[in-house]
Amino acid sequence: MTVHVQREDFDPGAEIAALGAGRPDVGAVASFVGLVRAEKDDVSAMTLEHYPGMTERRIAAMEEEARRRWPLDGVTVIHRYGRLVPGDRIVFVGVASRHRAAAFAACEFLIDWLKTRAPFWKLEETTAGGRWVEAKDIDDARAGRWEIEKP
Amino acid sequence: MKILYFAWLRSRIGVGEEELSPPPAVGTVGQLVDWLKTLSPGHAAAFAETALVRAAVNQDYAGLDHPLHPGDEVAFFPPVTGG
Repeated sequence: MTVHVQREDFDPGAEIAALGAGRPDVGAVASFVGLVRAEKDDVSAMTLEHYPGMTERRIAAMEEEARRRWPLDGVTVIHRYGRLVPGDRIVFVGVASRHRAAAFAACEFLIDWLKTRAPFWKLEETTAGGRWVEAKDIDDARAGRWEIEKP
Repeated sequence: MKILYFAWLRSRIGVGEEELSPPPAVGTVGQLVDWLKTLSPGHAAAFAETALVRAAVNQDYAGLDHPLHPGDEVAFFPPVTGG
């Protein structure tokens, strides 16, 4: 289990390679990379804020839950904070398992849970000033599919 | 008691963290919110819509009826928007 909450960018290829390195029992590595999307014309950048300490605790708890549900051989979660611009990588979830079904499912579970449980907040920079991003019902609905208790 | 504020709660209150000693009658998160509202116009604005505020006690999510003890770390923030 590797969890990094960091300002710096990460190398998805290196993270994926590390999950399978020296593990001949691993048959599948599934990964998700989230990018800052240029959705609204007036948003030039965003700043991610988080709750140091609680963030790491929540991510560790969700990894524990994923391991209860699927046979996993490795999990890496990286979430960036600070100022990011459209196109920047923001989050990485990588999961190693013996077979692909568990790897795919656990990877999707982890990113759905990260979206609704990990204490991060996005402040968009717009031409009219800073604007806090509001939580989306669709994210709650996706997390709900996994029967996750809502905070 | 250490109280932390994040995102727009911090903007409205003006600080991200404060060390406060609520009166003994404050025994739950909900009672703490009611007391915090009385501290300043900024606090009142931050907690004006409690439906939009989430809480954590000692870094675990907590409801309004969650009990509080001296020395607890209590955080208030809007619904999360990471990932």
